[in-house]
Amino acid sequence: MTDSPGEALLRELVPQVIGLLVRRGADFVAAEDAVQDALLSALEAWPVDPPRDPKGWLVTVAWRRFVDAARSDAARTARELRVDAEPVPGAVTDRDDTLELYLRCAHPSLTPASAVALTLRAVGGLTTRQIAEAYLVPEATMAQRISRAKRTVSRISLDEPGSLVTALRVLYLVFNEGYSGDTDLSSEAIRLARRLHAVTDHEEAAGLLALMLLHHARRPARTRPDGSLVPLTAQDRSLWDTDLVAEGVTILQRALSRGRLGEYQAQAAIAALHCDARSTAETDWVQVVEWYDELVSLTDSPVHRLNRAVAVGEADGARAGLAVLEPLDPELPRYTAVAAHLYEKDGDLSRAAELYAEAARRATNVPERDHLAREAARVRQAL
Amino acid sequence: MTKYLLLKHYRGAPTPVNDVPMDQWTPEEVSDHIRFMGDFAARLEETGEFVDGQALAPEGLWVRYDGEGRPPVTDGPFAETKDLIAGWMLIDVEDQQRAIELAGELSSAPGAGGRPLHEWLELRPILEEAPPSDQ
Repeated sequence: MTDSPGEALLRELVPQVIGLLVRRGADFVAAEDAVQDALLSALEAWPVDPPRDPKGWLVTVAWRRFVDAARSDAARTARELRVDAEPVPGAVTDRDDTLELYLRCAHPSLTPASAVALTLRAVGGLTTRQIAEAYLVPEATMAQRISRAKRTVSRISLDEPGSLVTALRVLYLVFNEGYSGDTDLSSEAIRLARRLHAVTDHEEAAGLLALMLLHHARRPARTRPDGSLVPLTAQDRSLWDTDLVAEGVTILQRALSRGRLGEYQAQAAIAALHCDARSTAETDWVQVVEWYDELVSLTDSPVHRLNRAVAVGEADGARAGLAVLEPLDPELPRYTAVAAHLYEKDGDLSRAAELYAEAARRATNVPERDHLAREAARVRQAL
Repeated sequence: MTKYLLLKHYRGAPTPVNDVPMDQWTPEEVSDHIRFMGDFAARLEETGEFVDGQALAPEGLWVRYDGEGRPPVTDGPFAETKDLIAGWMLIDVEDQQRAIELAGELSSAPGAGGRPLHEWLELRPILEEAPPSDQ
């Protein structure tokens, strides 16, 4: 998704124009289809013949598509055609219905995958093909996923407005999809989180944005040019993006000062403590553990308990970390990798080597598997 | 979403319940089987879960590098190879439970006598390519 300026502008305009069509009486499903059509036309036409009024152009083309579609629909069903009576596109009143659109696209009645796809298309202004490429599925499959999602949301009545919690979760899912090849879903998630943060006053929207920025700041240090992973301890911290860190910390502090803690703020606080330290040794692990305590009490999530074990291992020693690990389910993702790390720290190298090798077999992505396989080899050599 | 590979074996899988080889089915039974497979893929396209699927010819070659400047060595096909893949389908689903459900459906494809094959399909998760964003 390396954009021309026109493409970036288009992606900003898509949700606005959908909102506008809906305000003029189009239903969401038809409006979204019409705007996606107009978007595809714009991607072809604009590079050759850039419009003087991009938003007006998009509104006009989308509205025409909508009227055409409504007409052929009406012809098919022999119903009265009401849309002709609607005002023609003219002066555009600006009202921000962005938040409404986020909530609708991430409605709790959708599966996470459908919500993700619909959000990327209607709020993110991506084409179906771009979304399909990002998720490595055929365009037809993604198109079906989106049209099913739209069928589901079209049945939702307006008094079930959806929830910010699911909208945030959807953006975090997109963020964690990461980046491979041309598609950078992490950056896209940040763009959408920024926009959401701008239209809602909620601390957790701020917390999520801060969390993403603080994770993203470390991205240049997280992989080597050959794609291999660099663990936090070994990262060249001079590569961290200090502007993003500063921005993330500012947003986080403002959110925390309001005294309504949530899981994203707590995770962002942990990320901020990492970003604040010049090395693993200088990290304030005691505070990291305290934030994990908060996080676990907020979410009771086994994944957070697992990460807490790593922090306890740093704050109070490997034995203490292993004791935290003890009651957890060994089937948790990354459990074995965490155990391997703690046993290595405790000096039990042969056990650590075995566990790293097992963790490599259990890894669910290629860079992690390769990293763990190298860790296993490294520890085995030290035996 | 997680991608899974459904592997159908010519040989190497445990014996199916309806264990009559295809060359002993009637032409109608063969057609019914093929139609079932096509319908199954079409349905997965509609649910947004289909990624790809291909059938493989039973006979292949073994190939290996034979040193600088030399052509690769080929060998086989070996009639005695224990494990032989017949085809595969790549799906993208919410979770493992859904993958199992779909594999179960695919395994009910009709065989001899129009009865379900109950054949064993191998289900393998695909490793993701993208590195985690949070370390």
